[in-house]
Amino acid sequence: MVAQFTAGVGRRRLIKGGAALAALQLGAPGIIKARGETPIKLGFIDPITGSLSALAVSEVEGAKYAVAQINKSGGVLGRQLDLLVEDSANDTGTGVQKAHKLIERDQVDAIYGDVNSGIAYAIMGVTAEKKIFHIVPGGHTDPITGKDCKWNTFRICNTTAMDAAAITKTLVQKFGKRFFFITPDYAYGHTLQENFVKNLKALGGEYQGDMLPIAASDFSATLIKAKAYKPNVLLNNMGGLAQINCMKQFTQFGMQKEMALGGALFEIESVLAVPPEAQAGWWDMEWWWDQPGVPHVAEFVKDIKAATGKNYCSARHWFGFVGIHSFKIAAEKAKSLEAIKLVKALENEPLPPEIALQKEKVFYRAGDHQLMAGIFTGEVHPPKGDPANVFSVEQIVQGEEAAGSVASTGCQMAYPS
Amino acid sequence: MSSTDLGAAAKPAVPSAAGGRGGAAGIPFTTIIVWALLLSAPIWLPLIGGYTALASRVVVMGLVAMALNFLLGFTGQMSFGHAAYFGLGAYGAGLTLRYVANSTGLAMIDGILLGGVLGTILGALICKRRGVYFAMITIAFGQIFYYIAYSWDGLTGGFDGLRGFTRQPIGIGPLVIDIQNNGTLFYYFVLAVFALATGIMALLLRSPFGRTLLAIRENERRARFLGIAVDRHIWLSFSIACFFASTAGALFALLNNFADPTSMHYTLSGIIVIMVVMGGMRTFWGPLIGAAIYVVLQDYISSITVNWMSFIGLLFVLVVMFFPRGLLGMIKARSAQ
Amino acid sequence: MLQLVLFNVTNGLIIGAFFVLMALGVAMILNLSNVINFAHGNFLALGGYLAYMLVPSIGFWGALIVAPLLVAALGFIVERLMVRRVYNRDPVYSLLLTFGLAFIIQDVCRYIWGVSGLPMTIPDSLSQGLSSDLFFITGYRIFMMAIVIVSVTGLFLFLRYTRLGTRIRAGTLDLDTVAALGINVRLLRSLNFAVGIYLAGLAGVLAAGQIGLNPNMGDDLMMPAFIAIIVGGVGSLTGTLLGGLLIGVASALTTVVMPSAQEAVIYVIMAIVLLTRPRGLMGEEGMLT
Repeated sequence: MVAQFTAGVGRRRLIKGGAALAALQLGAPGIIKARGETPIKLGFIDPITGSLSALAVSEVEGAKYAVAQINKSGGVLGRQLDLLVEDSANDTGTGVQKAHKLIERDQVDAIYGDVNSGIAYAIMGVTAEKKIFHIVPGGHTDPITGKDCKWNTFRICNTTAMDAAAITKTLVQKFGKRFFFITPDYAYGHTLQENFVKNLKALGGEYQGDMLPIAASDFSATLIKAKAYKPNVLLNNMGGLAQINCMKQFTQFGMQKEMALGGALFEIESVLAVPPEAQAGWWDMEWWWDQPGVPHVAEFVKDIKAATGKNYCSARHWFGFVGIHSFKIAAEKAKSLEAIKLVKALENEPLPPEIALQKEKVFYRAGDHQLMAGIFTGEVHPPKGDPANVFSVEQIVQGEEAAGSVASTGCQMAYPS
Repeated sequence: MSSTDLGAAAKPAVPSAAGGRGGAAGIPFTTIIVWALLLSAPIWLPLIGGYTALASRVVVMGLVAMALNFLLGFTGQMSFGHAAYFGLGAYGAGLTLRYVANSTGLAMIDGILLGGVLGTILGALICKRRGVYFAMITIAFGQIFYYIAYSWDGLTGGFDGLRGFTRQPIGIGPLVIDIQNNGTLFYYFVLAVFALATGIMALLLRSPFGRTLLAIRENERRARFLGIAVDRHIWLSFSIACFFASTAGALFALLNNFADPTSMHYTLSGIIVIMVVMGGMRTFWGPLIGAAIYVVLQDYISSITVNWMSFIGLLFVLVVMFFPRGLLGMIKARSAQ
Repeated sequence: MLQLVLFNVTNGLIIGAFFVLMALGVAMILNLSNVINFAHGNFLALGGYLAYMLVPSIGFWGALIVAPLLVAALGFIVERLMVRRVYNRDPVYSLLLTFGLAFIIQDVCRYIWGVSGLPMTIPDSLSQGLSSDLFFITGYRIFMMAIVIVSVTGLFLFLRYTRLGTRIRAGTLDLDTVAALGINVRLLRSLNFAVGIYLAGLAGVLAAGQIGLNPNMGDDLMMPAFIAIIVGGVGSLTGTLLGGLLIGVASALTTVVMPSAQEAVIYVIMAIVLLTRPRGLMGEEGMLT
């Protein structure tokens, strides 16, 4: 799959070659050219190599699908879209360099990225400086739409505050108020745990927990501690492979008999990478493919599967898809590609059902530019029938309800004068 | 500005450092070409599909590679942990701008001192080792700094990196140079620092001290018999290489408005070494050329294929097996015949 | 508390056993050929992936035997084709070569087996905990320990009592003399390289059963392996063994008091050892220069 997708990018890039790019560059800046026929360029930076690559590849696939769909139906403002995908390699310096490249050389009209929140931040520095419309599809750390929010940046995936708020209530109701946290020791983990603790305390609960290195691979020492604490729920906040290893060791130690397992995110890419005995626990999904009776969803899932050759369609596909369509919605409403006009057009604009792909009302909140969408909470289990049927939705929590007020996010949006 | 071509000096049999085929005023040919290309980069680079930030990156990586080459090519000791001092420079600059003062100049100084001083202290332990063990200890020490940056969340921003600072315009008297928003001006700022740093390096290499380093590289035992304090010279050379590496690191932080732990990881150390070797580790300008090849190639290949790691890996292998002298080394060897 | 400490010491020994397996392979190649094999962790991953491929046809036990041998054979070929060419050159070249190989192998794994993690199934008989008190000692962990003990003992016996082993040890001390005695040093180095890679492959199969497969799975073990060697003393395999166990236990014990420092502690140990006893715990005087 990766290979196919690469071949696509490669061919396109190679055909155009340096000559075309040079020609574009030759036009002196400031002279507005008749650009009717030239495509609108969108730059997508994601860690296609490195430990987050599975998630990044899904996002890119979703975005590519949306671009193909839009181009088939006439493009945006009569112009075709051209998606330029760059690999940040999960390295901040590379991510920043790619942002410069896309903006300065390719002159893109929008930037997307990155799954890695740290790189997303760094790219925000570049896009804010260059005043480029920027969407962060999948970097979760809160300040992106909180205290470090920027007028030109929108985010699709939830904040950790939203994810924590949505699942805590379910866990407490079902299992009890005594939590044990296994949390990665960096900004994302810290804010996630803080939010869990805040929600838990409000419900009168108590907790203990360990902060571990992000890439920890052995959890036995911490699990021994967890077992001694006898919690009702063990919250596995680790990400990526660390999360998977933690789950596996949890089940190998037979601890599932004594306590429930849960946490904020256990994405479908990760669920499918663990053996059946570790496909367990109570989690959030930021979007879920199986929504019987909701229009357009089944069609989208079928198309994505056909386009990618994969047997599942994930929230990350949806993130990429929504990201591209958000640009289209903003551009057509603003009738302009100017960043500030795009931004104003997108604020509070409800996404149509064929983009929202859920019953909930979906929109970017004006105050912090955070997408408000439904959060699907429920239980992960081994596949039932369909290989991707690994999650049963228990409840859909309204995004705005989980997010709290704009004031609580700490975002003070400042627009350029 | 540098006016010496030390590639010639690498062969001890040739005493003249200036090289034979001098251009105007005895400045060697390579030096003239290098500077002509560097100074005019913002003009010709966009024509061939480049962009100014790429040029700045090439110069920054070129500087750290040249810094390492001071140790590797001209002293004969291999540090495989030099990214750590590069990264320390970046953090020093970033932390200053973030917490201390909005001054690009102060940020540069702090960055240089942080990496340089810590490198000098550790150098005292490292300089007693040789060969592959020298490399191993440098990796291990380098990883300690990587680890600190990655773990000390409160100060460094941890895994996410240090953000929330931007390079500031420079004021010289009434004149304000806006390197903050003008990428081309920033490039020339980087180039000016580069000129100063490489100029000092060239002078050091020309001095008796530089000659002594070459003597150690060529035959350590003989140098020792001659009464040269070998360990102390290697220590000094290591220290100098750290100071220049952290200079490059400070520029890197200003370029990205960001510092992160991966810029200290041994993977980057390895990449710096390949830049040096690819360009020619016994030549003065070789590492810059190696850095240019690497940065441009990586930028290009990673845009067209996700399997860029294979290409980079293959490049490593091919250089080692077939072009051990590096590009400039080969050109020099050929023209010397 | 005492129970917790005891738990963690046992647990640390299990973690340390893993470091040991990895570090011994790196150390063997370093000691005889003066090459730091940066690609060691990638050979480890390759061992895991090959086992993953083999399990459906020859089962876990078959894969445990065959996969490491295949990786060792590959190591032998790589040594013959590439690594040996740099033995007599500046050490910078061997570092770069293995560094480049690491990139290539990692990327090839990613290309063939994909970016997502893959699960490897282990026999049911191994996946249970011993008892409710000793839940953290699963059958698989005991099995891993047993394999590590058997292979490490085997390695030491091999080095002490077989002709090839004796020659490797002699070569470590003085390669020139060994060559002068008419022993085929080239072959010796190739075989030694293959044995080192075999250990990586074996560790890969064991790790795959424990933490699953991913293209970067060996990377995190490189630094612990390095540190085990430095702490134990370059040149001494016994030292490497002790060093690996020491940092494994230290890391597990740190988790009791300060979990986020479980990685940091191994660097602290290395710094202390280097400052107080630069040649390492068991290192020969002069080996480090």
